Amino acid sequence: MSTLLAASVTNNLIQAAYFIAALLFIIGLKRMSSPKGAKNGIIWAGVGMLIAGLITFLWPGMHNYSLILVAIFIGGVLAWWSGRRVPMTAMPQMVALYNGMGGGAAAAIAAQELIRGEPIALAPAILAVVGGIIGAVSFSGSLIAFAKLQGLIKKSLRYRLQQIVNSLALLSTLALGIWIIVLHGTAPMYVVIPFFALALLFGILVTLPIGGADMPVVISLYNACTGLAVAFEGFVIGNAAMIIAGMVVGAAGTLLTQLMAKAMNRSIANVLFSNFGETASGSAEGVSGSLKPIDAGDAGVMMAYANKVIIVPGYGLAVAQAQHKVWELTQLLQNRGVTVKYAIHPVAGRMPGHMNVLLAEAGVPYDLISDLEDINPEFATADVSLIIGANDVVNPDARNKKDSPIYGMPILNADKARNVIVIKRGQGRGFSGIENALFYMDNTRMLYGDGQEAVTRLIQSVKSAE
Amino acid sequence: MIDGFIALYIFMLAAFTGYEVISRVPVILHTPLMSGSNFVHGIVLVGAMVALGDARNLAEQIIGFIGVLLAAGNVVGGYVSTERMLAMFKTSQDKNKGSRA
Repeated sequence: MSTLLAASVTNNLIQAAYFIAALLFIIGLKRMSSPKGAKNGIIWAGVGMLIAGLITFLWPGMHNYSLILVAIFIGGVLAWWSGRRVPMTAMPQMVALYNGMGGGAAAAIAAQELIRGEPIALAPAILAVVGGIIGAVSFSGSLIAFAKLQGLIKKSLRYRLQQIVNSLALLSTLALGIWIIVLHGTAPMYVVIPFFALALLFGILVTLPIGGADMPVVISLYNACTGLAVAFEGFVIGNAAMIIAGMVVGAAGTLLTQLMAKAMNRSIANVLFSNFGETASGSAEGVSGSLKPIDAGDAGVMMAYANKVIIVPGYGLAVAQAQHKVWELTQLLQNRGVTVKYAIHPVAGRMPGHMNVLLAEAGVPYDLISDLEDINPEFATADVSLIIGANDVVNPDARNKKDSPIYGMPILNADKARNVIVIKRGQGRGFSGIENALFYMDNTRMLYGDGQEAVTRLIQSVKSAE
Repeated sequence: MIDGFIALYIFMLAAFTGYEVISRVPVILHTPLMSGSNFVHGIVLVGAMVALGDARNLAEQIIGFIGVLLAAGNVVGGYVSTERMLAMFKTSQDKNKGSRA
């Protein structure tokens, strides 16, 4: 009797802790979605996680405590160590990696449930299988996304009949999944193991051909997928905290993915199946004019005597580690009475908002940074727009040239400024491989050089302009 | 414990909650928020712990071990990276009072 009572108290304690955790997650996410409360939003969510994690040790009938502790220790230390030392420029691929790990964990829960071969009811069988597929795809797909952004995989694998091969992999995964569902989870090993292997393979196959430019959308999509997989597996093992947290992330991640895809003027299906990103033919046809170089001395003087300068930073800026130099240049210009603003394209950097993180790291305050809608009308009144490491997001072809692969994509109207200065390493093309008409315009001057070194020369020039 | 339509209600309400919570987020915060939501689905750790705690043979122990290890990486990595990014916004925020939200 007393043991029964104790079990019921423990159970209620666990459920109450999960309830509090779910509540803290939602409050934390809510706070993270406004700049004011963002920094303690993660702490709220963190407290929720700690409570949920600790209380789980009280779960009745648990074994393998030492295994659990060792696994948490190894996974935790590796992630802590890597998360601490990763540079901000590499954040997107780390998010992809950590996200993939979550997907893998959800798939592992499904695998353990299904490999046991004990009969389960229809609904949990369906969700175990679906969650298993989504989790496994998210796991292997995120690893590929990580490898691509990290530069471990440089080429986008494309071959004939690719869509057919991918479809076959998906269909056979689904067929095995249905087999498992029909048998209510009692399917033999020779069905369950190929099922997971094929799901993992599908994640790899579907991610390999996607170009680097589309990776942010893919990472965001896999983030949403992992959320869903966690929610489904939460149902299978009867854990409300997993259902709620997973579903909230699934929905939020879907919304984020849509916002990103919209910013790139592409549908999610388009990103996954059209193989843009690197295939664009990018013919220079229709581009008239020539590239006109400028030296840093003249460019610096032009900016020093301007009323208003708008800086358009792209990922190239971050690669060159030039953020701090650009902020120094900004302060110099401000001291001369020049109005300086930053124009950020929604997909600048490797993820939406990534550029804001990189500029914040360099110390650039929020109020200088403007979104696309806010800044576009202002280019007409700017004396200089300074493009550093951005390319496709300032290509006027997106407005003008109907047959351009990026036609219709919202861009920053940097070309409307009186003068355009483009800092560029060489004469190569952008991430998407498309020729940029902006570079050939009459009011555009090219300042060749490494981002950091070119900006340093600009600083010298502005300093000496008295 | 959680079955049938109760689960369906939880799924639906949680989905709308997620959608609403994020819907007015400024672009500035997209990256930290993606990282933050990445941390939140680290709750899978709880399920992975229960699964490993229930593992009965070597195969299940191996799968369970991998699950807990991956989930712990998700939790800790998600927390560390989000915290680092948001900490930087703090100093910027002090420079200019008020948000752009």
